[in-house]
Amino acid sequence: MGDQSTTSDPASEAQPYRVLGSLTISRAATTQREIEALADPVTIDLSGVEKVDTVGAWLIYRTVRDRGAKVIGASKDVAGLLDQVAEADHPARVRPEEQPGALRVLNEIGEWVSDAVNTLIGLVGFLGAVLIGFAAIIRRPKKFRVNAVIQRFDLVGVRALGIIGLMSFLIGIVVGQQGAVQLEQFGAEVYTINLIGRITIRELGTLMTAIMVAGRSGSAFAAQLGTMKITEEIDAMRTIGVSPVEALVIPRMMAAVVMMPLLAFYAMIMSLIGGGIFCWISLEIPPLTYIQRLQEVVPTHDLWIGLIKAPVFGGIIALAGCFQGMQVESNSEEVGIRTTNAVVQAIFLVIILDAVFAIFFSSIGWL
Amino acid sequence: MSDDTVIKIRGLRNSFGEQIIHDDLDLDVRRGEILGVVGGSGTGKSVLMRSIIGLQTPDGGTVEVLGENMIGREEDEAKNIRRRWGVLFQNGALFSTLTVAENVEVPIREYFPFIKEPLLDEIAGYKIAMSNLTPDAGPKYPAELSGGMIKRAGLARALALDPELLFLDEPTAGLDPIAAASFDELIEGLKEKLELTVFLITHDLDTLWAICDRVAVLADQKVVAVGTIEELLALDHPWIQEYFNGPRGRAAHAGVKGQ
Repeated sequence: MGDQSTTSDPASEAQPYRVLGSLTISRAATTQREIEALADPVTIDLSGVEKVDTVGAWLIYRTVRDRGAKVIGASKDVAGLLDQVAEADHPARVRPEEQPGALRVLNEIGEWVSDAVNTLIGLVGFLGAVLIGFAAIIRRPKKFRVNAVIQRFDLVGVRALGIIGLMSFLIGIVVGQQGAVQLEQFGAEVYTINLIGRITIRELGTLMTAIMVAGRSGSAFAAQLGTMKITEEIDAMRTIGVSPVEALVIPRMMAAVVMMPLLAFYAMIMSLIGGGIFCWISLEIPPLTYIQRLQEVVPTHDLWIGLIKAPVFGGIIALAGCFQGMQVESNSEEVGIRTTNAVVQAIFLVIILDAVFAIFFSSIGWL
Repeated sequence: MSDDTVIKIRGLRNSFGEQIIHDDLDLDVRRGEILGVVGGSGTGKSVLMRSIIGLQTPDGGTVEVLGENMIGREEDEAKNIRRRWGVLFQNGALFSTLTVAENVEVPIREYFPFIKEPLLDEIAGYKIAMSNLTPDAGPKYPAELSGGMIKRAGLARALALDPELLFLDEPTAGLDPIAAASFDELIEGLKEKLELTVFLITHDLDTLWAICDRVAVLADQKVVAVGTIEELLALDHPWIQEYFNGPRGRAAHAGVKGQ
């Protein structure tokens, strides 16, 4: 520094950097570049400034602070603004501190594992709380909220009829069509009926309904409860003495558990109708024959398998949705994350359980 | 453009369905003043602000801000006007995924993409300090802030572009009296330092007495009166009398006189 001052041309000191016109945010980038290009020692002449704002003043102030620049010709207004920004000079950090890469990866893995374990424990705990809530309602049936439950029946069940019906109808057609293409090669198109009947009743009817209910209602449960958590409605309930589990979670659980088998049965029928129409039009199997054949090839226990799974799936979906909703703590962004989690978790658990059921029913001889 | 009228509203009409909020409303805001806007709940104070800043398209009337018509303008057409005002929303409306400092940087990045990162961070830093936030608030997320800090952070963001005009929607609502008083001082100080014009919606009688140059009263779908509080007190409007001469109004007045 001292070395430079001796070598610097005395003429440069005589030619101060003169700011003309506006010293404002709109010219900040240019002004900064020009000032940085100047050689030390810097003298800034502000006598030509017409317009100034705090960003302009800050640029001058930091040059004075960091490079010991001299300011001349500042009008009263400009000098006042320079004082203002000098007063506001407290070093402030902008972003939270970041960790180095490797450590961050480890950290994230650790967080992920502990999150997964905590979620599992939390889910089991939540199931416990729901069962206690059920027990309380059974002991005191007056606490049962009939209206809330019926309203949920409507939302979860009745309003899903359209979309689930259409979806199942199309699935019936697709299964029939794909099956027919393959079986045709062996001249065994007639087995398309076996395929449609068994796969929709035993597996697809319930599974696809569960996926649709998870997407429609599981997400809605998470978003509703999450929003109520943010607006402190749930805290308000607690302080009044109303148990959120009894008032909010149990009606939703009941709706999902009761509606799922009904929706699943409806989905099975719609799939059979779709498949039947395909067989009628494409394979020229008349409806009456189709129905007779279905009766012959689909064992009754297929229907039982489908209908036993349905309420369990419904319970899982409602549990995951309500649990995730109740986990919302701080902001609206979390509602979105938790809603996504609820759906992913519900579908994942449903498919795992479906596999467990498949093995179980096969091993008890319901083939 | 007359230089001392910053906002000029003529014949403004707003309605939601059957419900008429404003009808033939006129209002002028003069350069360099703090105009307080008061009115009972549902008289459309926030709707008035939203009409001025273009978030609500009125059914009729004209709104001129800094000499330019604001009604029927596309978002990007009015950009040069938009960068000359700052808005503090009632609940702060901070972007929840960004830190306080990053929130302050958003408008600057939007309008001046060539400003380099280090300078940007310094600008955010002194804006935060000017809004009386402690430096450690910079890297915090809005969810970690208290109510008063959220308002200050929102103010820092509103001041990001050195606006000439500042809109404040109930800045002291939900603050404790000490925080509210210091926020009043902050606004008055900033107004003096930065030569701001302030459009201030408030219910806080202390704020009205302490910092407002003039007060506009919204009632009966119109601005029924504008003036200093003393001038308003001389009027014979029942709502104004009840508002300023009710127990709270008198207490606030006494507080000012006592100082």
